[in-house]
Amino acid sequence: MFGLNKKDTSLLIIVACLTMFAPFILNPFPTDSGLAQFNAGYPDLMQRFVIFGIFAIGFNILFGLTGYLSFGHAAFLGVGSYSAVWMFKLIGMNVIPAIVLSVIVAGLFALLIGFISLRRSGIYFSILTLAFAQMSFNLAYSVLTPITNGETGLQLTLEDPRILGVSATADGSIPVTNLFGLEMRSTFEMAVGPWAFQFNAGYYLCAFIMLAAFYLSIRIFRSPFGMMLRAVKSNQQRMNYTGLNTRPYTLAAFVISGMYAGLAGGLMASMDPLAGAERMQWTASGEVVLMTILGGAGTLIGPVLGAGFIKYFENIFSKINDNVLHSWFSFMPDGMEDAVVFLIHPFIGKGWHLTLGILFMLVVIFLPGGLVEGGQRIKGWLSGRKAKDDGKAAGETNPAE
Amino acid sequence: MGILEVKDVGKRFGGLQALSDVNLSVKENSVHAIIGPNGAGKSTLLNCLVGKLIPDTGSVMFDGQSVLGRAPYEINQMGISRVFQTPEIFGDLTVLENMMIPCFAKRDGAFELNALSSVLRQKDILQKAEHMLEEMNMADKRHMHAAAMSRGDKRRLEIGMCLSQEPRLLLLDEPTAGMARADTNNTIDLLKQISDERDITIAIIEHDMHVVFSLANRITVLAQGTPLVEDDPQNIRGNPKVREAYLGESA
Ligand SMILES: Nc1ncnc2c1ncn2[C@@H]1O[C@H](COP(=O)(O)OP(=O)(O)OP(=O)(O)O)[C@@H](O)[C@H]1O
Ligand SMILES: [Mg+2]
Repeated sequence: MFGLNKKDTSLLIIVACLTMFAPFILNPFPTDSGLAQFNAGYPDLMQRFVIFGIFAIGFNILFGLTGYLSFGHAAFLGVGSYSAVWMFKLIGMNVIPAIVLSVIVAGLFALLIGFISLRRSGIYFSILTLAFAQMSFNLAYSVLTPITNGETGLQLTLEDPRILGVSATADGSIPVTNLFGLEMRSTFEMAVGPWAFQFNAGYYLCAFIMLAAFYLSIRIFRSPFGMMLRAVKSNQQRMNYTGLNTRPYTLAAFVISGMYAGLAGGLMASMDPLAGAERMQWTASGEVVLMTILGGAGTLIGPVLGAGFIKYFENIFSKINDNVLHSWFSFMPDGMEDAVVFLIHPFIGKGWHLTLGILFMLVVIFLPGGLVEGGQRIKGWLSGRKAKDDGKAAGETNPAE
Repeated sequence: MGILEVKDVGKRFGGLQALSDVNLSVKENSVHAIIGPNGAGKSTLLNCLVGKLIPDTGSVMFDGQSVLGRAPYEINQMGISRVFQTPEIFGDLTVLENMMIPCFAKRDGAFELNALSSVLRQKDILQKAEHMLEEMNMADKRHMHAAAMSRGDKRRLEIGMCLSQEPRLLLLDEPTAGMARADTNNTIDLLKQISDERDITIAIIEHDMHVVFSLANRITVLAQGTPLVEDDPQNIRGNPKVREAYLGESA
């Protein structure tokens, strides 16, 4: 179906179901229960899951296929956000032109940076991309203030022209982003017994776009172009002596992944119309590297898993504090309760980075193929040795699963 | 006029004159061996032919066109394929994929943004690659990772990959170095078959005299960066100069 083989089609359908039913799946705990804070089914976080999913899917086309590790991809995300906010300021609050422009601008920017950075490979390439991204970050803070509004970040104001819309609504406030009138912030709440599920227009827009982006990445992985990119990773020397010019291949991969990042940035601004330079900082670039490796670089679904995993940690673990811990362990005798809370304390709240860091190390050391490899091993154990051998054979025919 | 004409080529590495006044003419459809002691400059000469190195002086003409100043992929697209001293293949890809890539290079040229169609829809490429694998006697290995194969098989695959580009000139740098006797004999048979059945010129660098005299119908002896003699095999055997410079040492 859709020009995909059976296995890829079922993967796409699974991902489609997961994203469409995410408001249910991510809200397994009743609203009043003590575990409700582990619910991730609220619009803001769900949007972030899919937006960072797009970012990581795109990054994986470059890093997973060609092996070129860019440390500057946040720059394209930032550029995408700025472009989108400018569209909201100048043209109007419809998200479509904003998203389109963010993809185009990020693509052009990636063409420039890729053209220069791809003259080198390996660590030098990584350093060049890092340097460009930090340069963009610093310029956004300083010289480019007229475009980026410096430290304050680019925001909408009541004075913006918005030639195809209105500068201010009838009641004197700034208009909100919409898709042909459908407000991105509009949320439908469904109460089922003790549960409350939220269906947000913005989330569903992002989810549909992520599905399209995911579909496109499957097509790229399975195409002759995708095969050439894997060949670049495997042996550039052989490529050159087989009459293939590796440079346009890597550049195309770089620009495509830059456009994915721009799309993510544009969507971010469409959900919340502001853009700041910190989106371009190296930590943001590093995050997408972590997502991709954690999930499984070079696999189709890995980056999406990695993005979800990290965003879940960032938002849920960081909110657990000592009071919550005390309430969980209140059944213990006092001294023991304090001891347990004391031991767990460094790993929660602001310490979530520590937990994530440890998990990341464990994955890299024991599961070099990321969460996807973990999943495959579990599947192997569950279905016994025979299935495991089959899986191996399948892996050989389709190494870029 | 040969298909490959090397004129007065010189190459210096710092203080070392690796090649000087190299003149070489390789006739179309011949098997031309280049022999010489270690460090004679054989690999350096080969690198000058495929664009890996640019000679300081002289000219290299392939089929009437200069190759100098062109990138390796451009020279390959002109019709020169190269087999390396240690097999250069795509280790992470399957054997079949390895074979498909040169077929794409032949059909689509140096770059083609074919990002949306599935590899499995490229029937002509698949067919050609499968056919080539059969010819190389490795069809049963098509779904193996190339890196997992034996050295002899890797060499075979690499030769097959070069052939599927239908090159006019095939360059081989010590294709049997480090091979067991049986693998060496297989390679000799394979190369013989290739040169008999195809419209192809082969230039081969080799230390193994058994390989050289089994295959070559013309031999150039290189010593200290300069050709000593160029002659037919039977004359090379008896040439005292060659014995002194080369055969005497190794025999
Ligand atoms: N890139 C380089 N830089 C400096 N010197 C080099 C370089 N490549 C080769 N040489 C030197 O040039 C000389 C010729 O080397 P070359 O590899 O061409 O010899 P060869 O005939 O292929 O020898 P072998 O039979 O051992 O492969 C050697 O002395 C070598 O050390
Ligand atoms: Mg050599």
